[in-house]
Order: sequence, then C-alpha cells, then structure tokens
Amino acid sequence: MLEVRDLVVSYGRVRAVKRISFAVEQGQVVSLLGTNGAGKTTTLRTVSGLHTPDSGEIWFDGERIDRLPAHKIVQRGLAHSPEGRRIFPRLTVVDNLMLGAFARRDRGAGADLARVYELFPILHERRNQPAGTFSGGEQQMLAIGRALMSRPRMLMLDEPSMGLSPLMMKRIMSTIAELKAEGVTILLVEQNASAALALADHGYVLEVGSIAFDDTGAKLLSDDRVRRTYLGED
Amino acid sequence: MRRPQIVTDERRRRHGGTGWLVALVGAVVLVGAPYLPWAYGDEAMDDMTYLGGPSPTQFLGLALGAALLVCLLAARFLVPRLPAARRRWFAWHTGASAVATGALAFQAVVVVAVALELGGLVNVEYGGWIALAGALLAFAGTRLLVPERTATLGRVHSPGWLVIVVIAVVMLGSLLLIAHALDEDDPGVFIALLVFVGAAVVLVLRVGLGGWFSSQTARFRPVLVMAAFLVAFAFPFTQDGSNANMSIATQVLIFAATALGLNIVVGLAGLLDLGYIAFLGAGAFVAAILSGSAFSAVGWNPPFIVTVLISGVVASVLGLIIGSPTLRVSGDYLAIVTLAFGEIFRLVMINLDGNDGPDLTNGSNGIPNIPDLNLLGFDFGEPHVILGVEIPRFANYYFLLLVLIGLVIVVFANLNRSRIGRGWVAIREDEKAAEAMGVNVFGLKLFAFAGGAFLAGVAGAVKAHHDISVTPDQYVFLESAFLLAAVVLGGMGTILGVLVGATLLRLMPEKLRFFDEYRLLAFGLLLVVMMRFRPEGLIASRRRQLEFHEDDEELAAHTGETPPGAGRVEPEGAR
Ligand SMILES: Nc1ncnc2c1ncn2[C@@H]1O[C@H](COP(=O)(O)OP(=O)(O)OP(=O)(O)O)[C@@H](O)[C@H]1O
Ligand SMILES: [Mg+2]
Repeated sequence: MLEVRDLVVSYGRVRAVKRISFAVEQGQVVSLLGTNGAGKTTTLRTVSGLHTPDSGEIWFDGERIDRLPAHKIVQRGLAHSPEGRRIFPRLTVVDNLMLGAFARRDRGAGADLARVYELFPILHERRNQPAGTFSGGEQQMLAIGRALMSRPRMLMLDEPSMGLSPLMMKRIMSTIAELKAEGVTILLVEQNASAALALADHGYVLEVGSIAFDDTGAKLLSDDRVRRTYLGED
Repeated sequence: MRRPQIVTDERRRRHGGTGWLVALVGAVVLVGAPYLPWAYGDEAMDDMTYLGGPSPTQFLGLALGAALLVCLLAARFLVPRLPAARRRWFAWHTGASAVATGALAFQAVVVVAVALELGGLVNVEYGGWIALAGALLAFAGTRLLVPERTATLGRVHSPGWLVIVVIAVVMLGSLLLIAHALDEDDPGVFIALLVFVGAAVVLVLRVGLGGWFSSQTARFRPVLVMAAFLVAFAFPFTQDGSNANMSIATQVLIFAATALGLNIVVGLAGLLDLGYIAFLGAGAFVAAILSGSAFSAVGWNPPFIVTVLISGVVASVLGLIIGSPTLRVSGDYLAIVTLAFGEIFRLVMINLDGNDGPDLTNGSNGIPNIPDLNLLGFDFGEPHVILGVEIPRFANYYFLLLVLIGLVIVVFANLNRSRIGRGWVAIREDEKAAEAMGVNVFGLKLFAFAGGAFLAGVAGAVKAHHDISVTPDQYVFLESAFLLAAVVLGGMGTILGVLVGATLLRLMPEKLRFFDEYRLLAFGLLLVVMMRFRPEGLIASRRRQLEFHEDDEELAAHTGETPPGAGRVEPEGAR
C-alpha cells in the first residue's frame, strides 16, 4: 500500500534521512523503531507531504505522492497523527474532530464522529470542552480520533504513547489493535519497542538516518540487538 | 495574568455595608450636583454656569447618578422582597460598580474639558468639584460591594412582541443618538457623550440586561439585522438635506467597509497585512482612470458595474502577486513585504506621470474631476427628494456604501461559517497541525489575501467617485495602521466590533479637530490602554476571549461543560 524507495531528506545541509526504503502492505501494522534523532518523525512528515524530499520516491496505492502537497495526500486516504499530538488546544473536542475531517468532501463525517465517540467515550462526554484542558492521555485519544475523522485507509502515528501512564498506554495500544482489526493499515513510530513490536506485522529499525535491519515483529522482539538498544536489556 | 488585589473578597464581606453607604452618598451627590454651576464661563461645553438649571451634559451626569442610585437601592431593598427564583435576575452590585466607574470617567472628562476650553482648572466652579467628589465616593464605595457572580435574566424566556419592541426601541435610540452626536460641535461635550454612552452600555451589560438581550434576540436575529440596516438607511432622513454630517458618515462607511475586508485577512485568516490601504488605492486609481475624467489617460469609460469588477480584479491580482511568494514562508515576512508594498504602491503611483514612466496616474497631482456616478439614470451628484425629504449628494453615496457594507458583511459571515472559515481557524491555531489535517494552508491564505484585496478594490472604486479626485498621498501607511487599529480595537474576527471600531476611529478625529496635533499621541495611548485592559477588543468573539484570558477560571467556566478542576490549560496542550 505504501512504498518508500531510496528516500533522502535533509534540513539545510543536515541529512536527516539517508536513502531509506521500506514498504507497508495493506492491512498490516508496520513499526518504525529508532533512537532519538534517528529520523523517524522526518520520515513520516515527508511521507505525508509536510516536507519535500531531496530524492527518492514515495508510492501510495500505486500513485507517486512525493511531490503532492499535504492536503492532497490526506484526501487520498493517508492520515497523520503528528508527534506531540498537536491538538488545537483552544478549540473544543468536536471542533478538533471536525477539523480532522476537513479534507474529505463527502457527507459521512457524522458517522465517523459516532465511530470515534464509540472508540473513545470520554471524547463524547467532554465534547464541548476546550481540548487544551485535557490530560495528556485524553489528548492522545483526541489526536488519534482526529486522524481517524478523515476516514483514512492508512494511518501514521508518531509516538502515540509519549508521556502516557502504562495503563493509558495499554488502552492506546489496544485501540491500535482494534483499528487493525477493522482493516486500517498502520505505520507506527514508537519508543516503546516491546508494545509496538507485539502489535506489528513487520518492523524497521532506523539508525542515524538509515535502516539498520528489519524483520517481522515477533523476530525483532527476540533479536539481541533490539533487546539491547530498545528494551534496555544486557 | 494576575493583578494585585487591593480589595480582597474578605474585605468586601466585612466592609460591604460601609461601601454601600459611601456609594449611596456618592450617588446622591451625583444626582444633586448638576443643579450647581460647574464652570465659570458659558463658552465651556454647553453652558454649565447656572444654579438650578442643568445643561444637557449635566443631565447626563445626573442620569449616571440616578442609575447608580437605582442599582444600590434595588440591591438593598428590592432583592430581599423578591421570590427566591427572581433574586438573581439582575446583578445590581456589579452594575453599580460599572456605572460608578463610568461616572468617575465622565466627571473627570468634564473637569478636564472645562479646564482645557477655558484655560485652567480655576475655571471649574464648585459644582464641578462636588460632582467629581461624588463620583470618587461612589467609585470607592462600590469597590467594596460583593459582586454577584452572574445575572440569570438571560435564561428567562420573554414573549416575542416584547423582544421586538425592545429591538425597535434600541434601534431608534441609536439612530437619535448618532444623529445627535454628529451634530455636536463642542469636542468636550462630544467626548463626555461618548463616555456616557460607554458607561450606559457597560451598565446594561453588567446588570444582566445584556445577557437577556443577546439570548432573546438570538431567536430574532434576522429582525435585529434588518432593524439595524433600516436604522442605517433612515439616518440621512434625519439630516434635513444637509451634506455636513453626511460627508462624515460616508467617510465612516468607506473606512468601515475597508476595515471589514481587512478583518477577513487579519481576523479570520490571521495574516498581518500592513499595506492594505494600497489595495483600496489600486481600486480607486483603476476607477479614476476608467471614469472618463478629462485628466484620465485612458479614453475608455465602461459602465460602473464593469469598472467595479475591474477594480476588484486588479487589486486581487496585486494581492496574488504579493501573496504567492510570501504566504509560503512564515508570517513575519508577510508583514514586512506588505509594509513595503504599501510604500512602493504609493511611489509607483507618483511616478506613473509620463516623465519617469508611462502616463497613467498624473503623478502626485492624481486624477481630479472624476464625474459623479450615474447608475440606471440615478445621478449621484444631484440631490433627490425621497418621501418629502431632500437627499443630498453625500447621502446618495451613503446609500450605495450601505449596500456595499451589507455585501461585505454577507461575504464575511458566510466565509466565517463555511468550511474555508474552519480551515482558517485551524491555521490560526496551529498551522503545522492544520497542514497535517489536510488543510490547504497556502491556498486558504492566498484566498483570504486576494479576496480581501478584491473587496478593498471594490470599495476603492466607490471611494474614487465619492472623493471626486484620487491622489497618491491619500494612500499612506498611516491609513493602513488606522485600518488595522480599527480591526484590533473593535475586535478581530467580529463584524459588530469592527464596525464600532471603525466608526470611533474615523469619527473622533473628525469631531476633535482641535486635537489634531495630538492625534497620534492619543491614538498610541488608546492602543496601550486597550492592550492592557482589553486585548481582545471592544467586542470579542468567544474564541478570542479564550485566546487572551486562557487562565481565567471565570471564563473557562463560561465556555461550556468544564468539569471542576479543569479550568487551566495544561502546558502540554499549549505545545
Ligand atoms: N526542523 C529541523 N531543522 C533541522 N534539523 C532537524 C529538524 N527536525 C529534525 N532535525 C534533525 O533531523 C534528525 C532527525 O530528527 P527526527 O525528528 O526525524 O528524529 P526522530 O527519530 O523522530 O527522533 P525522536 O525519537 O527524538 O522523536 C535529528 O538529527 C534532528 O536534529
Ligand atoms: Mg520523532
């Protein structure tokens, strides 16, 4: 469904992503791991059109998207929940969610709103509250819900568990599993490697801008290098 | 923003009774003082030298005192006698505080005006000082009153006819007031009147009637809007065929229409445009060139409707040229580029005189002798008699400008409510996040910028005919600054606020001519005071209030179903 070939991205003269290639198949959860500054966020931002690559190709659903502006990419069904949530703090929950549906032209946003409320009942309870008054975990739910409002065929989540309690984290992960069961393709960037790999069909490990290795989620979980670097084991 | 508190709730509870008594004494003094002479010379304001015969301005002071008296007495004697359900209908103490503050400002303005007009404070007679002392007493006393938290009158459902009657009375009152204020030649009286109106409006809002009015009229919104326009249309009929006030009124309308266009750019899309006046100028020059004036270098003279469209299109093309390279980069560049564009526009207009460039604008002399408009045989240059009242030249333009403003308001309101409006909200809140949500950030910004330019161009076309001549020096940076100030002071993103802001900013210099040298000083002071005390503008949209008072619990509580303890925005959420 998504294929990235030889992608190179830089900020000025700093190369953040150096010729990486990876693929996400329809219906899969693919996890992108890497230490701080490895280039995960940069990769996601480039895929969703927020940043222009130096070279390389990005294909989504058989169409080349690396030169398309961001809003065109959302319209094609690829949603992005950015790093640090970036909800609109002064707008209410409903307004936030409806902005997630901004790119779509059909009238189905109401149905998706109901679906998001079903997924996260707290959002329904607090729908008229300014989103900035939410706790971190609630904001994360809102960020995921907002990304879902565009009814994406593929969802990219950048560190959805950042700053969450273990309990809240479990909830988010089970939500991701639910979404996967519904057939949403997911590209998941996570610091919490064990949780992410437990869910993932496939995982890629990024190191300073290049892909060091990749394998299925289960294999990576038992890989020594992964266990040492990302799970803190000796 | 926390302010140091001199009067704490604790002190209020302890000394509330004393405060009430002091305020009562102040109120009585305020009611009585107008019967004493306030000034030694009869040239000051509207002759306040009589004992026992208040002048109109003195009556305004009396009215403020009487209103304070009513608030105080009602709080003490009426409220306890009411059934429990009605006790909190009005916020009498809050109202008393507001009107006492207003009275103090009013009396201070009067004293200063008398001193300025007669040359020194010695010319203020004892009555003026007594009134000022009364106002001070009232002010100090009301600080000690325990303010009511809310007035519940807004939740009371009133019959439709009552609401309509109130709308009619309010509208008629405003009409008479505007007509009266425009006729006022004495600057002191004019300012005192403004302060009085401000105090009265704040009193009405604070005491609970504002909540009632806005909740009840919500049902009759179209009636309210129609009534407002009717009043605006009726205004020329109160002028006895005189052009004097009408020419001020048309200037106000041109300024207001332009400010509303700028409000789309600044208030809705959040783009800082410091050269907006250039788009008005572009429209004006296009219309002047196509007007058939003998001084125009172009012979073609299309019908006005075509001219208007060309003016708008030329302005918006300029907007596209300026906007497309700058709107992609961060907002600071736009401010700099538009600032420069405003100047460049003026210089280019001066230089298109046949010497330095092609002859198009006649250089700094501009294009004079622009003929009056003639739409479908209706000659705007001639007085007409409608309903037995003579309608002079400026009144003709006044009607046209009203239609134009109506048009701009319709465009503004529809954009605000539309998908595009939601996109602008997202851009204002967090541009990067908006982009990730699929908002076409660049496209929507460019649309706002070029669309705003189009409206300015259209207004400029009307202005050219209204002014008769178009010269480059009418379109200077200061005008852009004033337009921006009208938007910011009035209330960014609101229609009513910007109308009020534009009216005040254009009317005041007109009425306070003696003040001309200090105009910029006063303007700067006004800006500083407003930014300190009411950064969201005179009339704020709910959302703006949240932006500027994020950590006022009181406000968070008003904005919806905020659960206890959730009044503060977490730092995380603020990025
Ligand atoms: N706007 C920017 N300007 C310059 N350099 C940047 C910018 N954004 C990121 N970088 C650099 O690019 C590299 C990759 O950053 P990126 O944010 O993609 O890392 P990441 O893998 O998401 O890290 P983290 O796990 O900490 O979120 C880093 O070295 C970073 O300093
Ligand atoms: Mg990152």
